[in-house]
Amino acid sequence: MSTLRKTPDYNDEVVKLFTIATVFWGIVGFLVGVFIALQMAFPALNIGEYLTFGRLRPLHTSAVIFAFGGNALFATSYFSVQRTCRTRLWGDGWSKFTFWGYQVFIVLAALGYVTGVTQGKEYAEPEWYADLWLTFVWVAYLIVFLMTLKNREEPHIYVGNWFFLAFIVTVAVLHLVNNASVPVSLFGAKSYPLWGGVQSALIQWWYGHNAVGFFLTAGFLGIMYYFVPKRAERPVYSYRLSILHFWSLIFIYIWAGPHHLHYTSLPDWAQTLGATFSIMLWMPSWGGMINGMMTLSGAWHKLREDPVLRFMIISLAFYGMSTFEGPLMAIKTVNALSHYTDWTIGHVHSGALGWVAFISFGAIYHLVPVLWKKEGLYSAKLVNLHLWIATSGIVLYISAMWVSGIMQGLMWRSYDEMGFLEYSFVETVMAMKPFYMIRALGGILFLVGALIMAYNIYKTITGDIVGLKTPGKDTSEQNKDMETAHA
Amino acid sequence: MLKHHVKLEKNSILLLIFTVIAISIGGIVEILPLFRMETTIEPVKGVRPYSPLELAGYKVYLREGCYNCHSQQIRPLRDEVERYGHYSLAAESMYDHPFQWGSKRTGPDLARVGGKYSDDWHVAHMIRPQDLVPESIMPGYKHLAHRAAEIQDIAEDMKVLRIIGIPYTDEMIEMARFDAYAQAANESDYHEGLETRYPKAQYRNFDGKTTTTEMDALIAYLQVLGTLAELKDYHSVPAGTEGGRND
Repeated sequence: MSTLRKTPDYNDEVVKLFTIATVFWGIVGFLVGVFIALQMAFPALNIGEYLTFGRLRPLHTSAVIFAFGGNALFATSYFSVQRTCRTRLWGDGWSKFTFWGYQVFIVLAALGYVTGVTQGKEYAEPEWYADLWLTFVWVAYLIVFLMTLKNREEPHIYVGNWFFLAFIVTVAVLHLVNNASVPVSLFGAKSYPLWGGVQSALIQWWYGHNAVGFFLTAGFLGIMYYFVPKRAERPVYSYRLSILHFWSLIFIYIWAGPHHLHYTSLPDWAQTLGATFSIMLWMPSWGGMINGMMTLSGAWHKLREDPVLRFMIISLAFYGMSTFEGPLMAIKTVNALSHYTDWTIGHVHSGALGWVAFISFGAIYHLVPVLWKKEGLYSAKLVNLHLWIATSGIVLYISAMWVSGIMQGLMWRSYDEMGFLEYSFVETVMAMKPFYMIRALGGILFLVGALIMAYNIYKTITGDIVGLKTPGKDTSEQNKDMETAHA
Repeated sequence: MLKHHVKLEKNSILLLIFTVIAISIGGIVEILPLFRMETTIEPVKGVRPYSPLELAGYKVYLREGCYNCHSQQIRPLRDEVERYGHYSLAAESMYDHPFQWGSKRTGPDLARVGGKYSDDWHVAHMIRPQDLVPESIMPGYKHLAHRAAEIQDIAEDMKVLRIIGIPYTDEMIEMARFDAYAQAANESDYHEGLETRYPKAQYRNFDGKTTTTEMDALIAYLQVLGTLAELKDYHSVPAGTEGGRND
């Protein structure tokens, strides 16, 4: 029946822009990451006033989370909401505004970091004027997305879109509450947040943890729910599981923030609530992983042929691993050791590189030939090379951070026979050095992988050589599959 | 359940509303009770808002992103209390907008760094940390030594902080500039007023230069960290221990 319907005139122009921006900002973010990783091993690389670790670290985190991740979310949500609703993206001008508006936000924020304009809150560094601008862009995003859902030709709202919608609206709430502040002057950059002390700590980590939960998880699960079934040409494994894990995930995630504040001046009851919900969060997280992986039921052989699908499945494996590690680290006694150490950094990167970046790479490799109307990608071999170089990079990165984090945590609490602290602080810093070098090497490998991807994409867009055909190009058939998953 | 869920799948606004409800509950339950100050923050004698010069130093601390590598939150664990001093109390950061507890200790905790090192040590350490701690991986901040501290308009900052609840008085705001310069000078007629307005304020020429620099401001801020709260009432520190070495 679906073959009788005409394919709508999708707005792929804006998706193309976001896709290119994703690759560009990804490389910028990884490059800054490699540089600050090298600064940890070779402090002489802290050059002058503007390129110190303290100013570049927010540049790195914002570039990878908001610039790379954000553009990936815009690209994939705009692409898939049109296909799953069988309607053109609402408001051409509005969606174009979200593109340019979002890039302006990124540049405003980045310029601020380097010149020392910051709110001094992790992942919420941009000052009031950039925050205000982002609010306009984000409201436009919500309107475009909701109006497209409203115009849909399909009776049901596809599960991927539940996740995208939850991501957009929750990030709006987090952004507004956490960034509430009073500027010192309308013509100056400086502002003071409404919240101070212990309240500012909890609100910040309610925001910070759910930037992970909604920006980097719910949003990227939206990507997973469209691109994995599409690439595998199989319906989503379980509709019931989708419902169950969607609602439990978004309900439970919000509570988990206080696990960033164990043993601090935050009241104990809040810490305990945070730890409890963090452990509960393990199950809904794995619900998403299982639903994604099991979508390959009966299609596992495709992993042998399709390196793009391999990217997606490895990303789900990393998702499963880091969402197991997270609840573990939220247990207070484990956190007593892991907190303030590199273990946290390693944990974040197994999620960010392994899950977020890999599912994005998979989606980009799928998107590019479709958007630029090519038969497939320039080279399957290069995709495979990217996959293994990047995976080796991640393994080096996270194992180095496990060792250095646990070692430093143990050294801090180590006592000698006389009952004195065994190590001075700087001795623990010296012990980190080899691991900082291994970590930087891991980061370099990851960056090289991304450059290979950029080359492959460039050749795909400009050339006509076909190395890897894109499966499921006949979209009507695929959409039917997805509908049957709902039946 | 599945039968009813179909209604949400067919109505985007309903789906939106249910989502907002689901994501609101946790935040409301955890955050709102914290604003009942009397249950969240035990009052501690001695804690006061930053003096104008200390506030200027706090701004430098934020601007340089010190929180990326230094925490200001000592946990009640034996080794931390021995290494850094008494565990942090909520009241001690109640005037920080925003809090600077941090999340990573690439360098040591700074919650009680005040008074641990001399001003000269801080000046030399900021200019080139490796001169004092050869294995340190901290960047140098020599630009702080030359640049004048931003205290001309510090009263504007204090006015905004008063709007959001910091108890700065009219007098404090009026005298802000004088207090700031006085705090960075060895001799000044304003020292008495400064001490009345900001008890325990340490005043001296921190960096030894004739001008009041960002280095003065930052060191004034660092030297006050953790020194204000009267911790005598608390007996949780293991007997016979004081802050351990911090290098």
